Amino acid sequence: MAASPTVFQAVNSPTINRVSADARAASFTTRSIKTTAKDAGLRLALSMVDLTTLEGKDSPEKVRSLCAKARRPMPDDERVLGERLPSVAAVCVYPSMVPVAAEALGGSGINVASVATGFPSGQYPLDVRLRDTAKAIADGADEIDMVINRGAFLSGKYGIVAEEIAEVTAVCAQGGPGGREVHLKVILETGELETYDNVRRASDLAIAQIRDGDFIKTSTGKVSPAATMGVTLVMLEAIRDAWLRDGKRIGMKPAGGIRTAKQSLHYLAMVKETLGDAWLSPDWFRFGASSLADDILRQIVRRKTGRYTAGYDFGVA
Amino acid sequence: MSERLSVLKTYKLFIGGKFPRTESGRSIKVADASGSVVAHTCRSSRKDLRNAVEAAEKAQPGWASANAYLRGQILYRMAEMLEGKRDELAAAISITGKVGKDAALAEMDASVDRLVAFAGWADKYPQILGCHNPVTGPYYNFSVPEPTGVVGVVCPDEPSLLGLVSLVAPVICSGNAVVLLASETNPIPACVLAEVLATCDLPGGVVNILTGLRDELVEHFATHRAIAGVFAAGVSDEHRTALEAGAAENMKRVQVLDLGPDLAAGFADDSAMESPWVIEPFVETKTIWHPVSS
Repeated sequence: MAASPTVFQAVNSPTINRVSADARAASFTTRSIKTTAKDAGLRLALSMVDLTTLEGKDSPEKVRSLCAKARRPMPDDERVLGERLPSVAAVCVYPSMVPVAAEALGGSGINVASVATGFPSGQYPLDVRLRDTAKAIADGADEIDMVINRGAFLSGKYGIVAEEIAEVTAVCAQGGPGGREVHLKVILETGELETYDNVRRASDLAIAQIRDGDFIKTSTGKVSPAATMGVTLVMLEAIRDAWLRDGKRIGMKPAGGIRTAKQSLHYLAMVKETLGDAWLSPDWFRFGASSLADDILRQIVRRKTGRYTAGYDFGVA
Repeated sequence: MSERLSVLKTYKLFIGGKFPRTESGRSIKVADASGSVVAHTCRSSRKDLRNAVEAAEKAQPGWASANAYLRGQILYRMAEMLEGKRDELAAAISITGKVGKDAALAEMDASVDRLVAFAGWADKYPQILGCHNPVTGPYYNFSVPEPTGVVGVVCPDEPSLLGLVSLVAPVICSGNAVVLLASETNPIPACVLAEVLATCDLPGGVVNILTGLRDELVEHFATHRAIAGVFAAGVSDEHRTALEAGAAENMKRVQVLDLGPDLAAGFADDSAMESPWVIEPFVETKTIWHPVSS
């Protein structure tokens, strides 16, 4: 059986020198981002957050409270800071919580992102994964965060992985009720891919199947290590190469393990220096995180008032 | 034979059970009576304070839930380890030439005794500060003291060791964690004490030691919202006002000890400084109603 051209291309991904990639990634942590640049960076990072709750104990109440936080991350921002802070980019939930999030976010412009396709393992029959996706879209999801079939990928069955991504893409391409556009994010789960070569190959393979404006994403957050600077750089370079080669424009979402405002600025520096200013927007870059938003708020308040905040000043969502 | 070059020690901070340098990279020279430099210490920045508060916040719940007997044992162990460094600490106390040898040894001994006193109080102060309240109704009503949380301690310049120990011991004895700013004129005893704390079974982060300038740091002790109280002695009126004004913003407790002009004599007063009422400012009273069983 002849391999399809897309699969062949993916197998021919460049190899990655781990030591150099890590050194390059680490170099982004040495940028001096101060004063007005820091203020702007913190607000941009806040607007890129996909506020996430993916726990077995999630309830409609918790999701509603998370949505309130998404709309207005700091309710007393005008009193304390004298400005209105941006809302976050999206709220990311399990499929069963999509109707709740869609209702709570209605009219806010904040997207509802739903993990789907048997998150986090992806170890379900394909028809179940596709129905999972279609149901989330019908319930109001604007973005689908799918997981790839890592078992198939690691056993070299790239054709299967590619085909499955293509099928989910097709479901998303149909859009939601009322012609709503649905974007796809493909989670590679880099923590299970073992090598940077695999990360690059999986990135290329996913990018070949998805549409302009879709994303690739590092992790589910359920596997350690989750997002690291190194794997994010490898994926950003795959995006850059696709853009330069085919003019196909893909977004990036590191997820899991990004907890501090400082880390988020390091990632922004990496995006800027790898892909350029055009990617410094919530349309093209996201942070999948649950506690990051609070640390960003803490930094914004400290920079404005000169005072350090306590852990209980924000949070609960 | 050529003359040996002297090796001066540079003392580091003590945060979360580790000995980091200040993130600011700044240092302060400590000189003896003749003006020659005998050591360097860190000049902490507000970011060091922030890191210390984070370490204290992490350590405090575990320390508070350790049983009172164990906290007492650890304070006693601290006294034992301090005793083992008697000569080193006495030398540190007198290093700047302001305190004589004999006075330094006396201060050292008083510091050990103070730790022993609060080691004893650890499982006894709740009986003094708490009570069984008489109520009209078929209930027991108890008031029990619980630790406040993370407490900032601003130490007096002199006595450099006894002042520090006298402020820290009552605060940690009840299960609080401490971020302290050592004596500005002689921070060396605090730095040596850090080496004691690191080896006395005290969980990392329960006591965090910063050295530096009150002018730079007092303001942040006052305004940091995760610091739930400040215990100080020997601070200027200006710093006292800064502490109280900053604390008014976030409702933290501020207790500035008023020991008169002779701080050394004030701290040496056992009956006042080893009273359980020194523990009281940094405990919160919880009152519990419990039905009387038949």
